[in-house]
Amino acid sequence: MNHQPTLKSSKARTAAQSHFRTLRLGTPFQPHIDALAKTQDWYNWAGYRAPHSLWDEELEYFAIRSQAALFDISPMTKYRIEGPDAEAFLDRVTLRDVTKLKPGRVHYTAWCDDEGFVLDDGTLFRLSPTRFRLCSQERHLPWLLDSAIGFNVVIEEETETVAGLALQGPTSFAVLRDAGFAGVEKLKVFDLAEFPHDGGTVTISRTGFTGDLGYELFVPAEKALSLWDRLMTSGELRGIRAIGYTALNRARLEAGLIVANADFTTAEHAIRADRLRMPDEIGLGFMVDLEKGHFNGRRAILGARAKRKLRYVLVGLEIEGNIPAEHAIVYHKKHQEVGLVSAAMWSPMAKRNIAIASLARPYGDTMVEDLWVEIYTMRELQYQKLMKRAKVVARPFIKLDRRTANPPADF
Amino acid sequence: MKAWDAIIIGGGHNGLVNACYLQRAGLDVLVVEKNDWVGGAATSRELTPGFLYSNCSYVCSLFRPEIMRDLELPRFGLQVISYEGGAVFTRDGDYLANYRDHDAHRREFARFSKRDAEAYDRYSRDVTRQCRFIQPLLMRTAPDPTSLKPRDLGELLYLGKKFAGLSAEEMALRLRFWTMSISEFLDEYFETDVIKANFALSGIIGTALGPMSPGTAYVLLHHYMGEVDGSVGAWGYARGGMGAVTKALAASFKASGGTIRTGAEVDHVLVGRGKAKGVVLAGGEEIYGKLVVSNADVKRTFLKLVEEKELPDIFLRRVKNFKIRGSSGKVNIALDSLPEFPALPKDSPVYRGDMHFTDSMERMERAYDDWKAGRWSADPFLEMVIPTTLDPTMAPPGKHFMSCFVQYAPPKVNGHDWTDADRDGFAESVVAQIAEYSPGFRDRIVHMEVRTPREIEAEVGLTEGNIFQGELTFDQLLFNRPVPGYAQYRSPVGGLYMCGSSTHPGGGVMGAPGRNAAAEILRDLAKSTSHMSPAHDVI
Repeated sequence: MNHQPTLKSSKARTAAQSHFRTLRLGTPFQPHIDALAKTQDWYNWAGYRAPHSLWDEELEYFAIRSQAALFDISPMTKYRIEGPDAEAFLDRVTLRDVTKLKPGRVHYTAWCDDEGFVLDDGTLFRLSPTRFRLCSQERHLPWLLDSAIGFNVVIEEETETVAGLALQGPTSFAVLRDAGFAGVEKLKVFDLAEFPHDGGTVTISRTGFTGDLGYELFVPAEKALSLWDRLMTSGELRGIRAIGYTALNRARLEAGLIVANADFTTAEHAIRADRLRMPDEIGLGFMVDLEKGHFNGRRAILGARAKRKLRYVLVGLEIEGNIPAEHAIVYHKKHQEVGLVSAAMWSPMAKRNIAIASLARPYGDTMVEDLWVEIYTMRELQYQKLMKRAKVVARPFIKLDRRTANPPADF
Repeated sequence: MKAWDAIIIGGGHNGLVNACYLQRAGLDVLVVEKNDWVGGAATSRELTPGFLYSNCSYVCSLFRPEIMRDLELPRFGLQVISYEGGAVFTRDGDYLANYRDHDAHRREFARFSKRDAEAYDRYSRDVTRQCRFIQPLLMRTAPDPTSLKPRDLGELLYLGKKFAGLSAEEMALRLRFWTMSISEFLDEYFETDVIKANFALSGIIGTALGPMSPGTAYVLLHHYMGEVDGSVGAWGYARGGMGAVTKALAASFKASGGTIRTGAEVDHVLVGRGKAKGVVLAGGEEIYGKLVVSNADVKRTFLKLVEEKELPDIFLRRVKNFKIRGSSGKVNIALDSLPEFPALPKDSPVYRGDMHFTDSMERMERAYDDWKAGRWSADPFLEMVIPTTLDPTMAPPGKHFMSCFVQYAPPKVNGHDWTDADRDGFAESVVAQIAEYSPGFRDRIVHMEVRTPREIEAEVGLTEGNIFQGELTFDQLLFNRPVPGYAQYRSPVGGLYMCGSSTHPGGGVMGAPGRNAAAEILRDLAKSTSHMSPAHDVI
């Protein structure tokens, strides 16, 4: 196994000392984002200064659903995985069958430790027969390197060197086409292709985190600003707006997508043993491919399924009323505590009060009747306690035809 | 002749904690301290005009917040300030820093190894899991596994339940961790030498073992399970030096009606018919008490203060064999200006944290080799802090107090007692190491106090200068600390109790031994312990 040299030359190492002066890094797009940040509402995304909102979190959400929204995903952890054994290696590490992932395709996947507990979920981009990009919330270099022993593969962390943008919303296709990305109309959902940009290339995939028509674009960091300008210019007449995380988080919840360390705790961060989750316990059981050969956690997952040791289930809830049930406790028959809501909102697209919750089986699994959530909502320094009926429903909470339409429409 | 309800031998932090709790339970308590000041190994002393020296212990994390609250220590002046991080200087002119910010910490490690940078989360998770297992035991009396008393059975059941809650693999990991070396433990997470050395130091501090000796992984845990106001694992400076802890304790004790006699060295414990009746001071004065509590370590208590004939053979033999070996010294320095370290940017927060020079596991182990050979380390391991970078009360503005904890220093040099020349040689090894990284360092020195095991034992009374009153290896913990069968603060002599760090849960400025001992004493007296907060929940 090859991996990058870990001890840089002393000179380069010394030159990197000054990072302590900038605790929150800017992304390659930062100058443009700073210029638009009217609310100055920042949060820490994996050590980067990322916007919660830029001008108005509600309107930013509507930009996703009505026009085109530009969201900086550069802080997402990215690994380049390349080599003759890259496919075999990733097949061994992740849950899904990577041999079925053709070059030019992307899939949503997850990976587990040897005990079958989920280390993270993420997207796997197959850039060529021997080159992949793995994107995730948390960092996994030791796990990937250790798992790569015996495989002819190079693994390189490229979070800082590759910039990423999500362009999401009904006019996102039109924006790309008008920006001159010829052939982008051929991309079906989960397709990716490379396009010329600024003397280099940009990788564009028809993927996203919103359940809407949308794309994700990856470029070398030094081409980031020119890509932003290109999209903003072509999008001007199609309502393009830059957005922050609050808006995106609403869209992802409507799409029924989960976020690591928000809707479940990743295995390398779970200090309390009962917080660990197997794929079946967070709605990712569908990824587990038992037809393929060995993969990390396979035996444990099979064992848990056979012995009915799966203790939790992650479900979508529809809750009566319109008060978001964020972090509410879920009860059976109004008194027995059976779980917790991890994300909740009033969905403008579904006109329903929706939530994602983790429940202790059999609740949410075989017992889905008589579930309630207790919502504590603060109104002028008084809690209004509401006990509201919750119904287990399928995710996603919304399905938009434009997400999958081929060719994609102008809006 | 007056008989006190309780006489506490030694005004160290545990003696004072014990005294406070007993006094607050309504007992009439006397603390006798041989020095002219209280504090034991938690003192602030003005050894040169204008400079306060934390001349033994120098940082604070382990001291239990439940005790601070019960004894109203903030009201009596105690403030603990978290510090900012620290660093290991590397021999190639760089350094590896520890930053409080999670991402800055990762980026710093990534300068040396991207892999190790991303391994930190898993390491941190595993150590936190170990801490959470041990932490609830700190404020409980260890059960006697041979006893059938309901309380012992209850405590054993508690321990058993904690174990039963673990998976087979977790249980194996726990047991393995308690017995393995810090070097082996770190090898499971990291590949870079300096990163390992950076963590390994917590496994050797105060211990006559090297990083490759079995048992040192647990010692690391002991340094991680403290907190500063809920921030578990954080370390801080006591404002005004470590003496602020014992000053507040003494004030709290006096405010509740307690009596302290300084300059009163105990020669021996008065024993009659197998029961402690008081103490005899060095001058021959007899002071009577219904019970006696010794804050001195187990060797000093039973080999110097109690006549051997009063003690059972096995107990005596085990006390003699209790490992309480001298391994460290202190060099305390008053500086007329802040030293410069060319490797370190002037605005680095590292100046406000703990600094080290041992950048490889091998250097650390070699330093221990010297100890085994009966010499102080030619290339010592230093933990150096400059608390005056955060604490304005310890030195005049612009001037600084520097504390260097130094390892290894043997209890005897080549088999003979430490001499003044040895002490000067030891000091020179420390100053030379600092000066190598800080040009002009020597010129800044206003005053220096050098403490080898000889000085620490002579002044503080710690046998061989061992900072923990006995090593924190697993054979000397829980119901085996200090001696099997006597781990519940009682001794073979009726009415004679132990409350020092020789007892569970061990050393560091923690206060838990003193508190737990008070709980046992009050139980024996059938007195209420309602003024003692139980341990904060670990949730």
